Parts: sequence; C-alpha cells; structure tokens
Amino acid sequence: MGKRVGMEVSIAAAEAVKQANVDVISAYPITPQTHIVEHLSEIVANGELDAEFFCVESEHSAMSVCIGSEAAGARSFTCTSAQGLALMAEMTYIASGLRLPILMILANRTLSAPLSIWNDHSDAMMIRDCGWIQFFVENGQEVYDHVFISYRLGEDRDVLFPVIINMDGFILSHVIEPIELVDQEKIDQFLPPYQPLYRLHPDQPVTMGAFALPAIFAETKKAQEVAIRASMPKILEVWKAFGDLTGRYYQPVETYRTEDAETLLVTMGSISETASVAVDKMREEGRSVGLVKIRLWRPFPFEALKQATLHAKNLVVIDRCVSVGGPGGPVASEVKAAIYGEPLRPSIYNFVAGISGRDVAPFDFVKMVDQAEIEIEEGKKDGYEIYGVRE
Amino acid sequence: MTKPESEWTWKELPVGNVILEPGNASSYRTGDWKSFKPVLNKELCIHCGLCYIFCPDMAYNLDAEGYFIADLFYCKGCGICSKECPTRAITMVVEEEK
Repeated sequence: MGKRVGMEVSIAAAEAVKQANVDVISAYPITPQTHIVEHLSEIVANGELDAEFFCVESEHSAMSVCIGSEAAGARSFTCTSAQGLALMAEMTYIASGLRLPILMILANRTLSAPLSIWNDHSDAMMIRDCGWIQFFVENGQEVYDHVFISYRLGEDRDVLFPVIINMDGFILSHVIEPIELVDQEKIDQFLPPYQPLYRLHPDQPVTMGAFALPAIFAETKKAQEVAIRASMPKILEVWKAFGDLTGRYYQPVETYRTEDAETLLVTMGSISETASVAVDKMREEGRSVGLVKIRLWRPFPFEALKQATLHAKNLVVIDRCVSVGGPGGPVASEVKAAIYGEPLRPSIYNFVAGISGRDVAPFDFVKMVDQAEIEIEEGKKDGYEIYGVRE
Repeated sequence: MTKPESEWTWKELPVGNVILEPGNASSYRTGDWKSFKPVLNKELCIHCGLCYIFCPDMAYNLDAEGYFIADLFYCKGCGICSKECPTRAITMVVEEEK
C-alpha cells in the first residue's frame, strides 16, 4: 500500500500528472483550476519532470498545443474551467475527431453570466457531446487515480480517445484530503510509455485533420460513435487492472444502500458523498432510500444505470446544471432516455441543486426526497424544479 | 492510388481519418470547380512565367516548346493568370457543358 498523505486535491492531481510522466503540459490559468497548473509549472521548473511546459496566451491555444504535441507522439496534459473551456471548446471537438488521447482535468465551474467563479456542472455540459471519454469523480483520491486510468485507457490502441476528468471546483480542487499515493514503480508497471498509432514524423508522413466533404463526413462520425461505445469493455478492464494494483475498484455506476430501496437518489460528482450521508440518516429513520452515483458520463453507461435503478419506485435525479428551456437537467434527460424503453420504470423527479456553488447539505437531500415522494404519490409525473429558490 | 471519397465505408477509415498515403491530394480533381478556363494566345506570350508564379493551385507547367500551360485537371478557373499576364495573352472563356 502506498503512502497516505494529507494534501490539497489540486496538488494531488498535479503530482499524478508528474507520476504519469507526461511530455507536454500546456495550460492557461483560470480559477479554480489554477493550483494544478501552478504546481505543475513548479515541478517542471525544478527539474522533477522532464516535460515541456507551454505558457500559452489562451485556452484555445492550450488545447491547440496539446493537439499538436499529441499528434507528434507526446503524452500531453491540459486543465481548465468554465469560460476557459468555452474559449477552448472549438479545439475539443478537433482533438476527439483526430482521436488524440489527451488528458484534460476540468475543475468544474459555472459559466457566466452572471459572472461567477463557483462550482457547478454547466461548463462540462456545454461540451457534453464533444466526443471525449468523460468521468465525474467524487473525491480527491478519485482525481489522483483517474489520471493514470485515463492515460492508460485513452492511449489503448482499441480506444484512442481523449479523456476528461471532471472534478468539482473548490469543493474538491481547494480542499485538503487524505490521498493514498501509488508508488512510482507500480505506476510505471500500470502505465507503459505512450506508443502512438499514427504520428507526425518525416520518416512516415501522414495527414491529420484533412477536409471531409459530405460524401464521407457521415462515415467518419459513425466510426467515432461506434468506437467510443466499443470502449466500454476497455474502461471496465482498465478499472479492474487499477483495482488489482491498488485495491480501489471503480464502476461506471455505483450504488450505495440501494437494496430494496423504494426511492433512489441519482447524483454525479462530489455531492454524491453528501448524499450518502443523507441516505444513512434516512435509513436510520427506517426510510427506504438509496443512492446511485454516475461516474462515467461518456460513453453513457445505459446498461449499468438500468441495472441500478429499474427495481426502484422513484428516482430523484439531482442535476448541477440548468438546460435553459430544455426538458430539465442534462443528467435527468439521460436517465429518462436510458429507461424509456422499459415496460416497468420508476417515476423520475428532477431537481437542479447546488448551482454556482450554493451548498447542498444532507438535510437538503432529505427535503428533496420528501417533496418528490409526496408529489409522485399525489400523481405528479416528471417533476422538475430548481431547488431552494426564494419565491 | 486512393479511391474516391464516396466509395469508403466507415469500417475502412483509418483511426482519426488520418491520410496514410503522402501527396494523394494530387489525385483530387479540383478542375471541375471552374466555370471559366484560361486559353493562351501563343503569339502574344513572352514566356515570362508570371502565370506560373501567380497560380494559387500550381496548375501551370512548362511544356516542351517553352510555354506555360494550365493543367485543367487542377485549374479552378480563378482567372488570376489572366489578370497578371502583362501581354494579355491569357483569356478566360466560358467552359462548355460536358
């Protein structure tokens, strides 16, 4: 077992990037991602990591540099939040279209306006369909672990996709947590050096990013879509291998006290830990409530979600983003789509909670479960509400 | 030689749609974009090569007799050669229907 150290989650993330022995780091500072790249710049400047650190003039350039360096065969890393991601968005689609296994950590933050630096999932949802494999982690240990998992997965010849690790800004990025570090020897064993399938090299010239006319574009998109869905067994395989190495096993969808539960909370990200406290409390009171946590956002784990939820009577889905003018939060949309074809399916009540850093405490989950259970009992289908708004 | 775009199935595409055959853009017929084609009056031509220099598609080649001739497989009919020709030896004429 590795050493267990108290450290800020951002520092742990940067240490993991160092241990993953990346070749290129390119990033532009933005709150709340800043500590990760600040620490990485120190690591590179101190000679602890033999990598190029590019101080670029924007996030658009940060991702452009990563695309270029990854295309040349260098393991590359970047990191951003909110408005920075918005500026970078154009290039995220290019990285995935070219199938370049870049790793990006998003310290999730609200998209303006109004201007806000606090945490929710509106930035991640903006690029939901950008074609990257996307994780939402729950705590600092998961951030640290998923750096290695993501590189091993993304660089696998059967996968070749860029990967995003979504971690909640401030709630995780600026909090000190106990992190169990993995010995470098074990990391080197788990994560072999990057062997690109194609790379830009004069000895074997290739063209990346060529133009595609309507006669071929649909074929390229089908190839990408089939490939990301086909990566699911690899995701499970890499998680299993990491579990065998460290004892920490991950699943696309995790359940907590769901046995025979009538009502299930469905959450994603760091609020899952708070929700589990609420579930404990409600179970103590004899209530039939459990928790389903979604860790893998893309490719969406339809089967795992169905397995975890179909036996329940009610689902209370918590979103951390408003889909303005849409059908409710984006997580609830996906959950509804996943179970739509089932003859017997639970009722779904959707709350948008904790947007732009507003705290969601255990008692808030209890209140949401109360309201959902009462209204569903009264016959209200498909409830949707932004929770805790002053009238 | 690569096959036309319309013949590829999604399963055959290299990962990331990488093009593995260097220089295969030369097999792409850009000549069918044009509505006007350049016609050279050899009596006025002074062999200066400005058409060759200015052509954005590098469609001009020197022939055995020392004239620069546009390869209509590539020429998009932009008319820059005609505009730049100092003796007005190149005229853009409407291409006939195929």
